[in-house]
Amino acid sequence: MHKASVAELSAALKARKFSSEELVRAHLARIHAQDSELNSFVTVTETEALAAASHADKLIAAGEASPLTGIPLAHKDIFCTRGVRTSCGSKMLDNFVPPYNATVVDKIADAGMVVLGKTNMDEFAMGSSNENSYYGPVRNPWDTKRVPGGSSGGSAAAVAARMTPLATCTDTGGSIRQPASLCGITGIKPTYGRVSRYGMVAFASSLDQGGIMGRSAEDAAWLLGVMAGFDPKDSTSVDRPVDDYVGGLNQSIEGLTIGLPREHFGEGLDPEVGAVVEAAIREYEKLGATIKDIDLPNSPLSVPAYYVVAPAECSSNLSRFDGVRYGYRAQHPKDLQDLYTRSRGEAFGEEVQRRIMVGTYALSTGYYDAYYLKAQKIRRLISDDFRQAFSEVDVIMGPTSPTTAFPLGERTDDPITMYLSDIYTIGVNLAGLTGISIPAGFAGGLPVGLQIIGNYFEEARILSVAHRYQQVTDWHTKAPADAGSQT
Amino acid sequence: MSLSEEEVRKIAHLGGLAIRDENIPRYAQSLSSILDLVNQMEAVDTVEIQPMAHPLDAIQRLRPDEVRETDQRAEFQPLAPQVENGLYLVPKVIE
Amino acid sequence: MEWETVIGLEIHAQLATHSKIFSAASTAYGAEANTQACAIDLGMPGMLPVLNAEAVRMAVKLGLATGSEITRRSVFARKNYFYPDLPKGYQISQFELPIVGPGTLEIELKDGTRKQVGITRAHLEEDAGKSLHEDFHGMSGIDLNRAGTPLIEIVSEPDMRSAAEAIAYMKKIHTLVRYLEICDGNMQEGSFRCDANVSIRPVGAAEFGTRTELKNINSFRFVERAINYEVERQIDVLESGGTVTQETRLYDTDKNETRPMRSKEEANDYRYFPDPDLLPVELDEDYIQAIADTLPELPDPKRERFQQEYDLSAYDAGVLSASRELADFYEATVAAAKGTAKLTANWVMGELAGVLNKQSLDIGASRISPEQLGGLVLRIEDNTISGKIAKEVFEAMWSEQQDADTIIEARGLRQITDTGAIESLIDEVIEAHPKQTEQYRGGAEKLLGFFVGQVMKRSQGKANPGMVNKVLRDKLGGS
Repeated sequence: MHKASVAELSAALKARKFSSEELVRAHLARIHAQDSELNSFVTVTETEALAAASHADKLIAAGEASPLTGIPLAHKDIFCTRGVRTSCGSKMLDNFVPPYNATVVDKIADAGMVVLGKTNMDEFAMGSSNENSYYGPVRNPWDTKRVPGGSSGGSAAAVAARMTPLATCTDTGGSIRQPASLCGITGIKPTYGRVSRYGMVAFASSLDQGGIMGRSAEDAAWLLGVMAGFDPKDSTSVDRPVDDYVGGLNQSIEGLTIGLPREHFGEGLDPEVGAVVEAAIREYEKLGATIKDIDLPNSPLSVPAYYVVAPAECSSNLSRFDGVRYGYRAQHPKDLQDLYTRSRGEAFGEEVQRRIMVGTYALSTGYYDAYYLKAQKIRRLISDDFRQAFSEVDVIMGPTSPTTAFPLGERTDDPITMYLSDIYTIGVNLAGLTGISIPAGFAGGLPVGLQIIGNYFEEARILSVAHRYQQVTDWHTKAPADAGSQT
Repeated sequence: MSLSEEEVRKIAHLGGLAIRDENIPRYAQSLSSILDLVNQMEAVDTVEIQPMAHPLDAIQRLRPDEVRETDQRAEFQPLAPQVENGLYLVPKVIE
Repeated sequence: MEWETVIGLEIHAQLATHSKIFSAASTAYGAEANTQACAIDLGMPGMLPVLNAEAVRMAVKLGLATGSEITRRSVFARKNYFYPDLPKGYQISQFELPIVGPGTLEIELKDGTRKQVGITRAHLEEDAGKSLHEDFHGMSGIDLNRAGTPLIEIVSEPDMRSAAEAIAYMKKIHTLVRYLEICDGNMQEGSFRCDANVSIRPVGAAEFGTRTELKNINSFRFVERAINYEVERQIDVLESGGTVTQETRLYDTDKNETRPMRSKEEANDYRYFPDPDLLPVELDEDYIQAIADTLPELPDPKRERFQQEYDLSAYDAGVLSASRELADFYEATVAAAKGTAKLTANWVMGELAGVLNKQSLDIGASRISPEQLGGLVLRIEDNTISGKIAKEVFEAMWSEQQDADTIIEARGLRQITDTGAIESLIDEVIEAHPKQTEQYRGGAEKLLGFFVGQVMKRSQGKANPGMVNKVLRDKLGGS
């Protein structure tokens, strides 16, 4: 069951080959067997999952099921779930049980899907290795001494280890695509505004976007159709029809023009990773696509600009965590100031505090123009680069991350090196575009991801481009040995 | 670019963070290196460029003026560390 | 040394929307603590603001009414600071691009002089909650019902030179927002509040002195007192060789003094930046024109029209146009009284205002409708009743809530204008008072009043006084 595609699971449930309850139990069993080692779940909602599965089985029996009814998935612990703790990987929200659902959570529940639990993540989605979680690091199922990437490392590891067929996740600078790449799975970050941010704990509001991890583009297409859409509760949500992502999967790529940004193949790229990506691009050439070198001249500035914009927004977004209405509160505060600074100082981890400070600095009097405003201007330049590129090409391809999964602890004392693992993904967030990472092979036994970037609201296009590749290759079917069985 | 420990203390205060003295040098060092990274932005001239605050060139939607929320105090207040008589309690506010 | 006072005001007016500026929670005043604070108002994780259309419309109304520029593309910004009544740790406000740009307002002082006061800007923002300082075991209680209530902050230029000018300006804005029906103006409930920036400088100096900001003053009287106290304080400081510190001060109504606010002592760096959860607000010409078309007649044009159209004095026109409700009541009464404008003005400002005042009622709560009051005025005008009887009728109308004609008929108060009836009344009086008749006829003409009084008494006040006078003179003859 844990190897079947979403379409196969849906068909099997409908044909009553097995029940949703059996399907859910099988995945819960894999979680129990593997997750004490991988640590990809913060909370497993076994009781709720079994109840939801039995409800789904009734809907299926009554012929009232939608295609995804009864199919399990996991939510990144950044999406608010009514009655289920939503920690955001932080001590600050260790005791936070929201009385409301994120729009994404509601939509998925309405589709009859079954939530297995909440996945581990870098605290407040800040990190690229999942080592910044209050609940401990997640381990990469391909090599448990290595990181799964981040911040959606729990979702990535859970999908890679076949503990769930699908998982929700978020991407602010690469937090879906980079861990998908490092864990050998498919992860799509939709266009900014395509998926509602309501009920998703904010990191950087103008960059955050919810998305999907699954084993294939086809699986992701199924879930994106459920998650995407206009939400009046989110002012930045875009009111435009949702494409038929599954129906559009089989578009031909004959005549497709693929742009390869020179800046994504230069210094800093691991040569073995580069070779895998180039082989994947040759595969597209064989399928009839045209390859074109392009320039994204300002892309080297995407990491610097991002590390102003994202911290600035986060410094303000995280001000609400003050120990008054919910969340962690320091013991015996001597006054109001002490309540704020100690509650926050004790409950936020080091990386979160670092980013709050960077952002606070960038917005403060005397520095606003040189940092915040400058970064917003560079953001425009980066966005214009992509606009120019998309006037010449249909999609942009390259490596998702410059390296494969790195060892746990390797970069924890070196934030800059850590930040650079998102060097190819960050520009997409600054511009608000859509991007997907798909497995394209292995380097040194570790998965390598191919990033496909699409123009605004061209999720259907990049999903079909990814799907075409997955029809002729089998990298996406490769699974790590079950955790616990490795020595 | 190098931030002094005093500057780190000031920023932490403004950001509402109590940082232990022994951690100040570490933050000073890592924040300085991040600012070095960020200062690469100086490489381009942006005088003529319009800042971009949002990825999409969209405008604000307006919501009809209707009351749709009901009293949910009983659901929210159990989340709070300290409440009394329906009020959130904090150390004395001095004006 | 001679000192000149310089004052600028920041007026916060709560907009009279049903729901909050960024959430669908109610803005009604007086609910039990935190029962009107929804997840968005509480700053719960993942909550997002969506802008209330009515708040925007009201802000545009104010802008149009003050002849200010309406910003075609305005932006919401976050003002960052930690305070327990500010749940998100930032206030959503407007900074660089407020919805209303520069404008001017003409104020009139008690001596009739007029002055232009510049409006720098007006911006939309959310109100904060309230800290309650009653003792909860040495702690403060926070009520967030008010958090998210829409406010418009109207910022003036430092154009005022006395507390009296500041009051005139504040009253003018107060009248205006109520005319526009964008704010209920209730100062006790905090719907209309004011911060005053006060400085002094030697008369003739070009530079401004260092200013202090007086926070949250909630009555016209206190604004005057707070400013006057503060001006005296600053003069004392400067004249004793000190310097004024730029700071925020709180006016203590009990002690009638200002003191520095401890919580605002440390210089704040608000780190304003555009709120990434909200998009720019764009207003096109059609939208603005549609609002302009719905604007009511404003106080100044209305007062002028009252003077012209109803031939009222400047004072009467001013009183009657002071609020939209009163002006509407007056005009409806004039219409019912078939255009008897001056007499109607006397009745509205006299008897009616008197009884409303005595019972602390608004014009909207009057027990006599404009139609009824107009009916009464008509009966005075057509001599059915005298002015004196009219007061009795008015009282009955108020208590019985019936129209004038019903009361006049039921009580038989119709004036006696029949010459025969009046003559026979007079004959009775003359017969009853032979001594006075003789004295009158002997030259004591001042006794005429006595005879009039007697006749009126016998007629129970209903005899037409003019006719009584005339017939009495004829009958008594005299010298």
